[in-house]
Amino acid sequence: MDRLLHPADSDAGDQPISLSRRGLLGGSIGALTLAVGLRPVAAVAQAAATPLAAASAPAGPPFNPFTALLQIRSDSTAFLQVPVIEGGQGIFTGLAQVCGEELDLDPAHFVVQCAEPGPGIAALGTRLSTGGSSSMWRNFMPMRRMGATSRAMLMQAAAVRFEVPVDSLSTSDGKVIHAASGRHADYGDLAGEAAELPVPVDVPLRSADSFRWIGKSVPRIDMQDKSTGKVVYSIDLTIDGMLQAAVQHASRLGMQPVRLLNEAAVRQMPGVHSVHLLSGCVAVVADRWWRAHRAVQSLRAEWKEATGDTPRPMPADFSTEQLRQDMLAAPGPGFLAEAAGDAAAAMGRAAKTLEAVYDAPFLAHAQLEPPSAIASWDAARGRLELWMSNQASLLFRDAAAKFAGIAPENVTLHSPMVGGFFGRYFFYDESNPYLQAIALAKAVGRPVKVIWSREEEFLRDALRPAVLVRFKAGLDAQGMPLALESESVSDGLYARMYGAAYDKFDPTVVEGIAKKVYAIPNRRIAHVMHRYPPMIGAWRSVGHSFNDFFMESFTDEMADAGGIDPFELRRRMVARSPRHATLLEAVGDLSGGWRRGPFTAEDGSRRARGVAMASPFGTEMATIAEVSIAEGQVKVHHVWVAVDPGRAINPAIIEAQMNSAVALGLSSALFEEVVYERGMPRARNYDGYPILTPDRMPEVHVRIVESGAPMTGVGEPGVPGVPPAVINAVAALTGQRVRRLPLARASLGGSV
Amino acid sequence: MEITVNGAVRIVDAEPDTPLLWVLRDNLGLTGTKYGCGLAQCGACTVLVQGLPVRSCVTPVESVAGLPVTTIETVEQDDVGRRIVEAWVAHQVPQCGYCQSGQVMAATALLKQVAAPSDSDIAAAMTNLCRCGTYNAIAAAIRNVAQG
Repeated sequence: MDRLLHPADSDAGDQPISLSRRGLLGGSIGALTLAVGLRPVAAVAQAAATPLAAASAPAGPPFNPFTALLQIRSDSTAFLQVPVIEGGQGIFTGLAQVCGEELDLDPAHFVVQCAEPGPGIAALGTRLSTGGSSSMWRNFMPMRRMGATSRAMLMQAAAVRFEVPVDSLSTSDGKVIHAASGRHADYGDLAGEAAELPVPVDVPLRSADSFRWIGKSVPRIDMQDKSTGKVVYSIDLTIDGMLQAAVQHASRLGMQPVRLLNEAAVRQMPGVHSVHLLSGCVAVVADRWWRAHRAVQSLRAEWKEATGDTPRPMPADFSTEQLRQDMLAAPGPGFLAEAAGDAAAAMGRAAKTLEAVYDAPFLAHAQLEPPSAIASWDAARGRLELWMSNQASLLFRDAAAKFAGIAPENVTLHSPMVGGFFGRYFFYDESNPYLQAIALAKAVGRPVKVIWSREEEFLRDALRPAVLVRFKAGLDAQGMPLALESESVSDGLYARMYGAAYDKFDPTVVEGIAKKVYAIPNRRIAHVMHRYPPMIGAWRSVGHSFNDFFMESFTDEMADAGGIDPFELRRRMVARSPRHATLLEAVGDLSGGWRRGPFTAEDGSRRARGVAMASPFGTEMATIAEVSIAEGQVKVHHVWVAVDPGRAINPAIIEAQMNSAVALGLSSALFEEVVYERGMPRARNYDGYPILTPDRMPEVHVRIVESGAPMTGVGEPGVPGVPPAVINAVAALTGQRVRRLPLARASLGGSV
Repeated sequence: MEITVNGAVRIVDAEPDTPLLWVLRDNLGLTGTKYGCGLAQCGACTVLVQGLPVRSCVTPVESVAGLPVTTIETVEQDDVGRRIVEAWVAHQVPQCGYCQSGQVMAATALLKQVAAPSDSDIAAAMTNLCRCGTYNAIAAAIRNVAQG
């Protein structure tokens, strides 16, 4: 998982990145060498690869915070640049808490921005990408150290100015104080002098028992602006002299426009500046976006089919229904991902065996902000400036440089606040408008903003992979699972995103089934590689988002086959892991004590509950859902969530993320499915791709358990437990086991 | 063409059937109102026309000539709007924030019409989509304002 989200970050010293990177850059070893050679050599720390390593990693080479990432303004507010984007997960507030704690400045006084790739942010020694729920654990110690170093330099500046020993000084929320004389100076007043001082090393950090902001539900720093429309997203930006563009993509990926059939008429439309043939699309540049959009919709082009060297064209006869049939028939045994004991032998001596096939469809990200990108090309100086929604700025910068034919340091890439991402803005081929913006800016000699209409977005999103799994379990005479075999049929996400070879299992395809905490002594977990045309990408909680549905649903099937209550079965299977045992009891307790049902609720409805456990991204989750059925539709009344991220930085943000994850997980369980027919996605807007509406939102109850394990993240982990908890509750209520999502496909009886 | 936006008469150069959304964003620079779907599906583009919530992505600009249009940029000048924004901040409603301009406008319209909305009033009025799932916080914030 770790590799998935950060494989080609050139600041990373701990990943086998070279093959992936070559794949990404089209076989250019030269580009790899160039990027490495240009890296600032003086101040690059090794990025820690795991939460455990990050918690104990030594400090990297010292750097001057004031020239790199932290600007203290004259009003003593702090302008902090960080290596990650904010898209609703609350990380800007979290990092302001962490930096402010050591700097001794209230997080409310921070303005935070995602840094441009370059030597400043490289000095921090973490990663310029946002994903894997890793932003806090990766940046916790570096941000604390930077805050502490900054405070020490401010104190030293005050010591020089006041002509007193530094140890006679203290700080208090943005001020350095000399108590003996009653003198004080604001940080903003000292910052200029502080920045000129030598950078101290090994500045001591605060002890945890003195934290004022870390661990507290500090208000998020962007709430006022986000409640009044003042946040500027990529789509909102205007650059001097800018034109706007709209595109019409080829209906199927790989097709190319040959010629335009009505160019002259379209050029006469109001506001139209010019009409363009680009790779895989036609575009209109106009003074305003609606005029560009209307014109490009009127544009008629002749298209040709993909040529033989197109990497993954979309065939004219592709359908998801046929794909599902093909995946059902795909032969095993596949690449072995995990083995323990002897599953085949154990299956042979099992008292009882059961088999089931589950599958989950392609999903769209469906974030509310459509993708956009602005390019400003300075032909005379060979420099490119980009503003674009992205969660992997270094990759996009380097790819933009290659496309523009310039060195990476001649590209300035800005990463504005994003209107939702959920994995949408990793580096996917053909799935981001930035190259179109660059091509158009070069063509017209002015900055160009490209906005994809919602319809174009549904055509070019990189989808959550479609996955199918064949399970077989063997139970002993007491009903306890003795053996588990699984074959997951799917394309490889690493192969598609990073050019990994198709010669072994893909970790994302099995994560959640492999390495499951449950004590099942004999296991064989495999991946049957099955390549398919649609573009695929990471979708919030990645492989866990489908695998925990599969595994936790099948766990209930094992419980039922063995005659053991599903909560009790889990209790037994995690008995040797105190962390999981505690969490399971916590969610049971939060829900008022485990009861599966069916039972009659106060309003007279028949209800039941389902439970699920998941271990996404190192965070532990236990989830219970309560459902009823009315007029054939599932209503989810409550979801109880116990979350153990090791340690909580901002409990209110964690609770918000759990609410958000319940909404997305439930949306995927109930409604969501990208259907392809004849090479085209059937849905091109929300009318054909329903997402969760307010009336379907359940009450969400959250308990945070701080086990003290190495700190992990909270953005993604809440999602995967929700679909199986709901599906297990539906099974308890109806006796009907839904093995194919979304639930909207299932025909459930009327009121049960 | 003349339109009245946030209390000011503005002359805009746009085809009469241009959606109000794009006139606000591109002609007038009022980018607080968001484009989400263009089909009146998501509600990110919600503004007030004569105090009523309107999905501006499917509202031709010519249809609002002479009618007062209020956008998120001035919502706090309205007493109800100001209280809604305060409640949004107090309840820490937004996550990514992209849909929240529309949510705030829809909530403001509701409370201007119904001072003490019931839960079913809230459910009927608040139909805008939020991919971050802030729905419970939205409802709590509205109930909070309704209870004064």
